[in-house]
Amino acid sequence: MKILVAIKQVPDTATQVKIGAGGKAIDTAGITWIVSPYDEFAVEEALRVKEKRGQGEVVAVCLGPDRAKEALRSCLAMGCDRAIHLNDPAWTAADTLTTARALAAVIKQEQPQLVLCGRQAIDDDMGAVTAQLSEVLGWPCAAWIMEESVDADGKNVRAARQVEGGLEVFDLPLPAVISAQKGLNEPRYPTLKGIMGAKKKEIKDVKASDLGLGAEPPQLSVVALEALPPRPPGRVIQGDVATAVKELVRALREEAKAI
Amino acid sequence: MRLTLTDEQQMIQTMAREFAESEIKPVAEELDREERFPHETVKRLGELGMMGMTIPERWGGSGADAVSLIVAIIELAKQCASHAVILTVNNSLYCEPILTFGTDAQRERFLTPCARGEKIGCFSLTEPQAGSDAANQQTMAVRDGDHYVLNGRKIFVTNGREASTALVFCQTDRAKGRNGVTALLVDKGTPGFSVPRTEEKLGIRASDTAEFLFEDCRVPVANRLGEEGQGFKIALATLASSRIGIAAQGVGIATGAYERSVAYARERKAFGVPIGQHQMIQWMLADMATTIEGARLLTLRAAALKDAGQPYVKAASMAKYFAAETAMKVTTDAIQVHGGYGYTREYQVERFFRDAKITQIYEGTSQIQKLVIAREVLGGDA
Repeated sequence: MKILVAIKQVPDTATQVKIGAGGKAIDTAGITWIVSPYDEFAVEEALRVKEKRGQGEVVAVCLGPDRAKEALRSCLAMGCDRAIHLNDPAWTAADTLTTARALAAVIKQEQPQLVLCGRQAIDDDMGAVTAQLSEVLGWPCAAWIMEESVDADGKNVRAARQVEGGLEVFDLPLPAVISAQKGLNEPRYPTLKGIMGAKKKEIKDVKASDLGLGAEPPQLSVVALEALPPRPPGRVIQGDVATAVKELVRALREEAKAI
Repeated sequence: MRLTLTDEQQMIQTMAREFAESEIKPVAEELDREERFPHETVKRLGELGMMGMTIPERWGGSGADAVSLIVAIIELAKQCASHAVILTVNNSLYCEPILTFGTDAQRERFLTPCARGEKIGCFSLTEPQAGSDAANQQTMAVRDGDHYVLNGRKIFVTNGREASTALVFCQTDRAKGRNGVTALLVDKGTPGFSVPRTEEKLGIRASDTAEFLFEDCRVPVANRLGEEGQGFKIALATLASSRIGIAAQGVGIATGAYERSVAYARERKAFGVPIGQHQMIQWMLADMATTIEGARLLTLRAAALKDAGQPYVKAASMAKYFAAETAMKVTTDAIQVHGGYGYTREYQVERFFRDAKITQIYEGTSQIQKLVIAREVLGGDA
């Protein structure tokens, strides 16, 4: 079974994000880039499906600038068989729909039976690509999945997601798109062998024209990024306990409207 | 001149850092307190290919270069110095000499399981009367047919209790002095080979340090590494290489203590401001950062020379000496930055301080490193 995993390279979770000059993008100077953690769950699950079936191929795909190759190499080190790097100036301002269309075009060429994504990227938290991708492909989609199992003959996948108070379980015919929620698995560390072997694996560069896609203006463009206003300082309520509690309750009710 | 890591070395560094932060850091304090060997995490290091990093894949290792090993050891030591030394001893003091001096049959049997991390090896040179004076070996091996009969006592063997096999140095011809020293691979369970005790230590308490007793222990001649009389040369060559690993351990200990000090200087307030705004704290942090960077570069340079096939004995001794002294000074200052809290177990710098001391002692004391450096500097004149 061929499985394709779509990943995004995002700033490390510990990054202190600053708004860049121009106010429409973040300042990327000095940022450490990682594979978005939800996408790592997707990579891990793809590898587990392959290992469980004893055969297959896992292909990692990423749309991004040159530096995104590092993210793909991490996926190869974890065990993906090869990678495809969608890298073209035409995609510099790509919104989620452009990204979904580019991924769909690759998927039409590669024809995997299963596509895995993270439930959202942890940078802009948009969470739209999975849905848009399945829409463009016309494939069934199950999002925020906590458990999955592909049946023995590779025709269907059973997937479960957490809902209020329990699990909701679906059956989807393959090919299908699934997005990974935290809890699906515990991603492995790349082994030394995996890291050493990653440079021997293929990362194919693909441009928009290779997929028959032209430059299209994004449907969604960023107008401005605004920093959160600084948090107002806390307030210490003075006085003896009985008076202070009364004042606290009054403030919570009338000012904060929290109770 | 290039001073950057390759993509591959960076990936190894990232993996080691993530593993150390997620898997080792949470257990390090408990292991230290209970003086308990970390079987579980060491097994996982083996599965990741970390226990025989510089050994070729053919012999169960990962085929990485010395620089990769060094960056990985630094990351481990930033969280737990014991893990760093367990790995260094297995890779550099046990696996590497068998790779370099062993026959294929010896590599198959003694190297591969340890390079894979399925078993652990150790290196046994030190004796009660042979520490810095390592050539003064009293342990005797007398040839009897196709066996040696081994008698003597060895001390301070890192990994000694946990190891499945020991690389043991002994005299086969006392009249020849250092040229009578021979290296033997002795399996645990060989009759006459016992481990009477392990040490209780100031630091690196999760790593076991054992005493060996050999009483008419019969070791097959096939287990001899190299030729009779070649043992001292094997020991010196092995120590030169593994010293870079101990230098890396020192860099890691210092870095771990420094990073904790920076975090503390940001959060702890005195006189109304974070202590990091006081110049005397800044002074200490600046000294820490600078000496650590110096130690790190010396250590990476020694490893890079080794990878390039160039002489590295002087570079390794300089790295080990400077990194060990740096680890001791930085951890001392790290406690000072933390004040009274630093002296307690709450902020871990106390553990780093205790762990740092050994780096000035084992695999050649700082004094022996200076001796090696001076000999290299003066050529044959000293």
